[in-house]
Amino acid sequence: MELLCPAGSLPALKTAIDCGADAVYVGLKDDTNARHFVGLNFNDKKLAKGAQYVRDHNKHLHVAINTFAHPGEEKRWFNAVDKCVDLGANAAIIADIATLDYAANKYPDLELHLSVQASATNTAAIDFYQQNFNVKRVVLPRVLSLHQVKQLARNTSIDLEVFAFGSLCIMAEGRCYLSSYFTGESPNTVGACSPAKYVRWQETEKGLESRLNDILIDRYQANEKAGYPTLCKGKFTVDSIDNEEKILYHALEEPTSLNTLSILPELFMANVKSVKIEGRQRSPAYVEQITKVWRAAIDNYKQSPADYKVKADWNAVLANVSEGSQTTLGAYHRDWQ
Amino acid sequence: MKLSLGPLLYYWPKQTTEDFYQQAMSSDADIIYLGETVCSKRRELKARDWINLAKELNHQGKEIVLSSMALLEAPSEIKVLKQLCENGAMSVEANDIGGIQLLSEKKVPFVCGPAINCYNAHTLKLFVNKGMHRWVMPVELSRDWLQKALTDAEKIGIRGHFEVEVFAHGHLPLAYSARCFTARSENKAKDDCELCCIKYPQGRATSTQEGQQVFVLNGIQTQSGYCYNLLNDIESMTGLVDVARVSPSSMDSLTTLHQFKQRILGAEQYVKHDNLQCNGYWHQIAGLSLQG
Repeated sequence: MELLCPAGSLPALKTAIDCGADAVYVGLKDDTNARHFVGLNFNDKKLAKGAQYVRDHNKHLHVAINTFAHPGEEKRWFNAVDKCVDLGANAAIIADIATLDYAANKYPDLELHLSVQASATNTAAIDFYQQNFNVKRVVLPRVLSLHQVKQLARNTSIDLEVFAFGSLCIMAEGRCYLSSYFTGESPNTVGACSPAKYVRWQETEKGLESRLNDILIDRYQANEKAGYPTLCKGKFTVDSIDNEEKILYHALEEPTSLNTLSILPELFMANVKSVKIEGRQRSPAYVEQITKVWRAAIDNYKQSPADYKVKADWNAVLANVSEGSQTTLGAYHRDWQ
Repeated sequence: MKLSLGPLLYYWPKQTTEDFYQQAMSSDADIIYLGETVCSKRRELKARDWINLAKELNHQGKEIVLSSMALLEAPSEIKVLKQLCENGAMSVEANDIGGIQLLSEKKVPFVCGPAINCYNAHTLKLFVNKGMHRWVMPVELSRDWLQKALTDAEKIGIRGHFEVEVFAHGHLPLAYSARCFTARSENKAKDDCELCCIKYPQGRATSTQEGQQVFVLNGIQTQSGYCYNLLNDIESMTGLVDVARVSPSSMDSLTTLHQFKQRILGAEQYVKHDNLQCNGYWHQIAGLSLQG
């Protein structure tokens, strides 16, 4: 099983490799990837250095080209594929069909991974990408239960990559337009969800307010820990049909992170090829802590599968870097759904 | 420009649904989409019932299309999809790439639904080669985006091979999740949801702490809080858009179809929208904005 770690910068990339990642994934400094944030990602020079570092350590480099090509501007996405090949990257992670088509035709030897943003959740969809573009691996959206992941593993020949840890996207990725509904910009079109430039914090009499494009996402009292206003993780009220008192709650999802340490043995048994850590936007310190814990967990399992147990100090480290300091198994566990 | 009645996104009792479609047959819709697109547990009408209803309504002067699910996770859901693909008479709206795969294997002409990520002419070309005869643009895209994609389609010689449909009225389907938000709103687990969404024929309105209506919860689907309305934008759709879609919310949707029809026929009347309506996406700004 491959441990695949995020690298939003050269220091994060080196940290991931030094701490035991088998592979890292990166994005270019433009809107061809879904973490298109200011100050993040790789220009050509940094990318060359990063690729060299990965090669020197005999690890793998994946390049995420996982937004959708704008009409008339496809060249930018195709150039990203060219760059990926020039670098000698081991795989391109692609979502857009036009970009997949370009990559598959021009570079038949380039290993293609289907980005989670393509939202393939079933065998028929996987067949489509396998047959048309010879995709080798699919990154599964975080909407499937563990049972469904196992079912897919049994019924398809493609390699499966699953999210193991990080911020939890609760919608089928690539098919969520909530961000553009609020701000005009979405992961699919500009490579960012709830973009930072629309975020505003304001101290008021009612508490600390977080807003996205002026829309109130949450309000915190002095004793509450404030989180980034990702719009699906705000507090809202739902209209009632029988005039009951409206309750304020996280109508879609609490601020929480995905943590699959406890089902690692089952992921091994389902023959999952790679576990992915989310967080290209996070610091090298985050990458260091997460990578060390997951390296230890995977090695621990491999050494003696029957004795595998999640260690308390692993969870403590993970909780410390989680949204809202809490973690969940998310959709992998039916109860969450 | 033709008018379509999109698939019913909410969960209504069988009789209500059938009554609605009987009425819809004498509405201004040229095309009617039938089928469950949101949740496979909703079985007031089973796949067989939808197919039968479609066959009954077919050949009565309207084009009937069978719509399929957006989020396909279980083998049982693929089975239902296969059943729709094998209906033998009608076109199918695919709302997942898996649908396109099955339909192209069976050489059934299809509509590429709004839940499929098709953002450019290269993708359209590939879909045309698979049998797509109509493209429903993703709801987040603008007139400007559409125009550019169609200019490219013209250049690569495929513009004449498909129609363009735009979601023009109703609460926009914005996201699909593993989680059922309606069940969650009743403090129920998804596996034990008691199909409670049937109690909310227009979903559950969800608001910020300042009372701004931002979402409508509809099972695993999250919709826009405001109703999207392109009635005043018909002119700017003309020449680009072949079909305007009205999404059913109640019998009122049939009146909405009539308003659109009048507008297409040249009624110049500007309609003032209330503050629970929006048209931002079409104008390349935040979806919830209202321009004009």
